[in-house]
Amino acid sequence: MGHAKSEGPLKLAVPRGALLGETLDALDAIGIDTSEVRGESRSLIFEGDAITLVTMRPSDVPTYVEAGAADVGITGKDVLLEQADRVVYELLDLGFGRCRMVLAGRRGDERLGESERRLGMMRIATKYPRTAERHFEQTGRQVEVIEVKGSVELAPLIGLADGIVDLVATGRTLEENDLEVREEILECTARFVANRVAHKLRAAEVDEMTSKLREAMAG
Amino acid sequence: MIHSIPPGTRDVLPDEMRELRSLHLALIEVFESRGYGEVATPAIEYDEVLARGDGRTADSAYRFFDERGDLLALRSDMTVPIARLVASRYANAEPPLRLCYLANAFRAVRPQRGQMREFAQAGVELIGAPAPEGTAEVVEVLEAALDAASLNRAVIGLGDADLYRQLLAELGIEGDARDAVLSRLAAHDLVGLEVELSEMEGIGDDEVATCVALSQLRGGREVLDEARSLGGAAVERATARIGETFEALEARGVADRVQIDLGLLRDLGYYSGAILEVYDPAIGHVLGGGGRYDELLKRFGVDLPAAGFALYLERVHVAQTEEESRTGDEP
Repeated sequence: MGHAKSEGPLKLAVPRGALLGETLDALDAIGIDTSEVRGESRSLIFEGDAITLVTMRPSDVPTYVEAGAADVGITGKDVLLEQADRVVYELLDLGFGRCRMVLAGRRGDERLGESERRLGMMRIATKYPRTAERHFEQTGRQVEVIEVKGSVELAPLIGLADGIVDLVATGRTLEENDLEVREEILECTARFVANRVAHKLRAAEVDEMTSKLREAMAG
Repeated sequence: MIHSIPPGTRDVLPDEMRELRSLHLALIEVFESRGYGEVATPAIEYDEVLARGDGRTADSAYRFFDERGDLLALRSDMTVPIARLVASRYANAEPPLRLCYLANAFRAVRPQRGQMREFAQAGVELIGAPAPEGTAEVVEVLEAALDAASLNRAVIGLGDADLYRQLLAELGIEGDARDAVLSRLAAHDLVGLEVELSEMEGIGDDEVATCVALSQLRGGREVLDEARSLGGAAVERATARIGETFEALEARGVADRVQIDLGLLRDLGYYSGAILEVYDPAIGHVLGGGGRYDELLKRFGVDLPAAGFALYLERVHVAQTEEESRTGDEP
């Protein structure tokens, strides 16, 4: 259990990586100064008068926000689904960072269907084991989910799995690895989330930020 | 040599125990001084009896057979055992009954999440005192308990358990669809809530906007007016109930740290009417909760309105140490 404090400037968890650019643009749009984060600094924490920006891996955002170490945060829906047991309030769909969670297999290769028909089971490599399991369970199919941490495209190419479940933005990585989309599982965008206690005790600040973001994203 | 204990359980050593003990004593003293007599009940009960209290019984995670083949369960809270105790031992007593407890309860944990399988709760049950006065008394005791724990900045959220059930019935949302909407509301997944509602037949944009806006209303008295302006008979009734409770709190002079919260939903099945949650700015987790359970005693054969609250003792202790380190006070 985290014992983080909800005092001083509001702490916002900012995702590094693919969502960083658009997250900073969104923050600029609502009048938060992000120039230091954009700079060369290697700091992880950027303190401001009204808000402190804390940068981290997108998959760590729910952890920090649930514990209250960050009051609010921005991360992808893919992360929230994979960590569905983390209690964070999902306040707003920010609309950017759009990508698709898909099931992909080798181009022109029938191994996915073959395995399902003859072995009763598909082997699926993924970085999102819980999302993948839920999808196949909901569609009534049996799979062996194999969790990998690195380039998941490798798995079907050298026979670790029949297919992969992964997040796809442009589809170029799949193409370069001779893979193709077989099923779309869901579409993901960036979400604005809040800690449960911060949402109650810092209601005015959280609400103001939510409505500013809503306006900025609509415009 | 290390001999492991199950995840979600822990040993308590003397330094911590001393602090827990003084917190425990301070809380029980507050309860006793207000006429709440301390009771203890067995940690193990018949599964059938606990299930009577909470139909879903999902929370009784530990069930086992005894030597006679009877199905037993570890209690997951104290409210249901006390309802059982009142029905069996105080069936003919003159209400209201005031009881308090400090006891361990048991719940299932999700792996690797630091959740506790066994945890201590301190709380009261006020049986036979209807809303709004009964609720106000319980909140008054809760505030005194928070003061005794030196959590002077703690806030009590006050909501209504029937608001969304009635609102959704009014909108004609029933069965699985209703459960889906309630679970979105309970998780506070506003994006999912909006999608879920928009996909339902006969639900217009206005109704979707009303549900989403309602769940975000929290603050002082003024939020009741804001809620009323969103309209509907269910909202009217819930805001009237909350308003009456709030007036009763004001009359007792204990409304200052109460935050009206129309987004509040407790996941225990037996609540009806007022529901409570406790927060402290020093920690990101809820410290406890409670509310009215006017229908619960009926399931045990005694038709009495009731209300109560429970604080998670260990979390209160954590908040206490955080507050001390903030102000620099030694315990």
